[in-house]
Amino acid sequence: MTLFWSLIVDLVILLNIVACYWLIKWVAKPRKIEAKQGEPTGHVWDGDLTELNNPMPRWWLYMFYITIVWGLIYLIVYPGFSSYSGVFNWSSEKAYKEEVADAAETYGPIFSRFSSTDIKTLSKDPAAIKVGQRLFVNYCSQCHGSDAGGSRGFPNLTDQDWIWGGSPEAIHQSILNGRTATMPAWAAVIKPQQIGYIVDYLLSLNGKEHKATDAQRGQVLFASYCAACHQADGRGNPLLGAPNLADDIWLYGGSRAKINQSIAQGRQGQMPANKHFLGEDKVHILAAYVYSLSQQSQ
Amino acid sequence: MSGITYNDTVVRQFSIMTVVWGIVGMLVGVIIAAQLVWPALNFDTSWLTYSRLRPLHTNAVIFAFGGSGLMATSFYVVQRTCQARLFGTALASFVFWGWTLVIVLAAITLPLGLSQGGEYAELIWPIDLLIAVVWVSYAVVFFGTIMQRKTKHIYVANWFFGAFIIAVALLHIIRSLAIPVSLTESYPLYSGATDAMVQWWYGHNAVGFFLTAGFLGMMYYFVPKQAQRPIYSYRLSIVHFWALISIYMWAGPHHLHYTALPDWIQSVGAAFSVILLAPSWGGMINGIMTLSGAWQKLRTDPILKFLIVSLSFYGMSTFEGPMMAIKSVNALSHYTEWTIGHVHSGALGWVAMITIGSLYYLIPKLFGKNEMHSIKLIELHFWVATVGIVLYVTSMWIAGVMQGLMWGAINADGTLTYSFVESLLRMIPFYIIRLLGGLMFLIGMLIMAYNVYKTTQGAEPSRILVPQTI
Repeated sequence: MTLFWSLIVDLVILLNIVACYWLIKWVAKPRKIEAKQGEPTGHVWDGDLTELNNPMPRWWLYMFYITIVWGLIYLIVYPGFSSYSGVFNWSSEKAYKEEVADAAETYGPIFSRFSSTDIKTLSKDPAAIKVGQRLFVNYCSQCHGSDAGGSRGFPNLTDQDWIWGGSPEAIHQSILNGRTATMPAWAAVIKPQQIGYIVDYLLSLNGKEHKATDAQRGQVLFASYCAACHQADGRGNPLLGAPNLADDIWLYGGSRAKINQSIAQGRQGQMPANKHFLGEDKVHILAAYVYSLSQQSQ
Repeated sequence: MSGITYNDTVVRQFSIMTVVWGIVGMLVGVIIAAQLVWPALNFDTSWLTYSRLRPLHTNAVIFAFGGSGLMATSFYVVQRTCQARLFGTALASFVFWGWTLVIVLAAITLPLGLSQGGEYAELIWPIDLLIAVVWVSYAVVFFGTIMQRKTKHIYVANWFFGAFIIAVALLHIIRSLAIPVSLTESYPLYSGATDAMVQWWYGHNAVGFFLTAGFLGMMYYFVPKQAQRPIYSYRLSIVHFWALISIYMWAGPHHLHYTALPDWIQSVGAAFSVILLAPSWGGMINGIMTLSGAWQKLRTDPILKFLIVSLSFYGMSTFEGPMMAIKSVNALSHYTEWTIGHVHSGALGWVAMITIGSLYYLIPKLFGKNEMHSIKLIELHFWVATVGIVLYVTSMWIAGVMQGLMWGAINADGTLTYSFVESLLRMIPFYIIRLLGGLMFLIGMLIMAYNVYKTTQGAEPSRILVPQTI
């Protein structure tokens, strides 16, 4: 906004408030040709609608004045005009930064005291796990669930199936820097019928109902299109984030239709990076907590 | 009979449809309230999901029920207080059929998921255009009648109806400016924080002008008529009218506290919301003081009960609103059920109660009867509705404050004490009480529908001559 328009807007704001005060004074003024106080004004509508010439209630007027004064003070103390930053130079951005800094100072030591212990040892420390669980519920449960059991598209963190590796270091990496998983869409490359063969092969790998002849055809196709990432035996490659396709754990659903959809249309997985958001200390504790979950189920 | 008659046909049409749309809108409200307790009630059907039925509920109660009620009463009041037949008989008829078409189109498009996304401004652009045409016609009919008035002064109810009609035209047109890309899709003219500000300038003034000024117009006619008392203070009318309509315009930013909206605009929103308290209360004082001297009638007259309770809820919600607009209170209340409680103390307590009271006065007159078929049923409706509102509002207050406190609670290590789901689980008992309250209010409307049916059954529409003497 240019200064000119800023000033216009500020002026209108002020005028509106001042006009309320003027309006009260102007209306309250006694008029010569009017009815006595408490008497009808003499106007009549629809046969019997009349109005009395009563003054505005005093308590109401005082309330009005107080809010007007309060409003003006508020606009002066806080940044209340477009070209003005308030008596104390307050801003929501500064207030936020101060609060974050305060929190870091107050709570920082609680998290940093765990940072010198390695993740594996920490995963057996009840104090660290308690903090870790709270962090998890705050920051991770929205996608992975408060029990870390996951849901469609968001992996279960309590089992032994790790897309990006289940070692303390791998888990730490996943949380700290995030992961981007891309399963390409094959519909443009592989014919629908052939995708169906691959699905039958995958169903056979998982001991599910399938057509044996189609699965055999699918195995050949799998070797040429899928094995590069998912390995020849379909057991996946954590370095690439390519899931194990033979353990009957399906991130995007294990029905014939869902597997078909995953191959034909591809899948995009996104674990956000938390390095700058949570900081190293909290990520360290979270990694220990998540690691502890899979240790329990072993 | 010879001479000029009042055009009560359009008033009758809108009055009956107010009852019908009230039932429809509140039924949808009850359904989505039940879905919040039992999410399976959407039956995995896209058009029965909460996200699609919620805008249908808000549009149906505000614009279909509230809008029809306002059009019925404003057309009745403007004729009586101007002593003139409604300007443009055909145009008035167009306003009724046009508005009804808008509602029907809304009821089809919203469940289909066709929406612009802005709260209370969801309808797609072709419907927006139709609304604009109907609304301008409404303004022509209303102000055309004012111009032909035989009385010297313009009655106070008409100031409020007039402000409501002009402001809503302005709000609707500016909020709806968009560039269409297909018959059902468009992009708004504004982006980012500007779009948010335009949205809540619109949204808050929809409350201010549609749900406040308009219904104050209703109040200023039906309260003195039913109480048979003069308006308490002419001076108070003038001050609170002008203060209300000017201050309201600035209050919208309080919907965007703690967002990317520039700080100074948030300050303006908070300050003007607090200054709005007195102008809002002016209407309540004038209404309640008009009733003073007729208190004994409250014992026997359930219509007056509706009117006085509506004024009480009006006073309560217009006190609550400014408090919630103060940033430190807003930090607790925003995004919680408290807001839902606040809105419904206004929508059910004020808007619906004043409309119902006015209709009980109006409908017998429109059908040549002295009073409604059953006064006992009005009394029953009053109690069922009032208990329903109290259950609704108090459960949402408690739920909202609890929710706000749970969201803000932190452990010794700075982490949040409760996950969102934990707070949601604690809401369920209150959601059930709210559902019960809403259901009672709906039952009240069904009682009203029966009473209206019995009153109008076989009745001849009345033809009333415009008196020639002033």
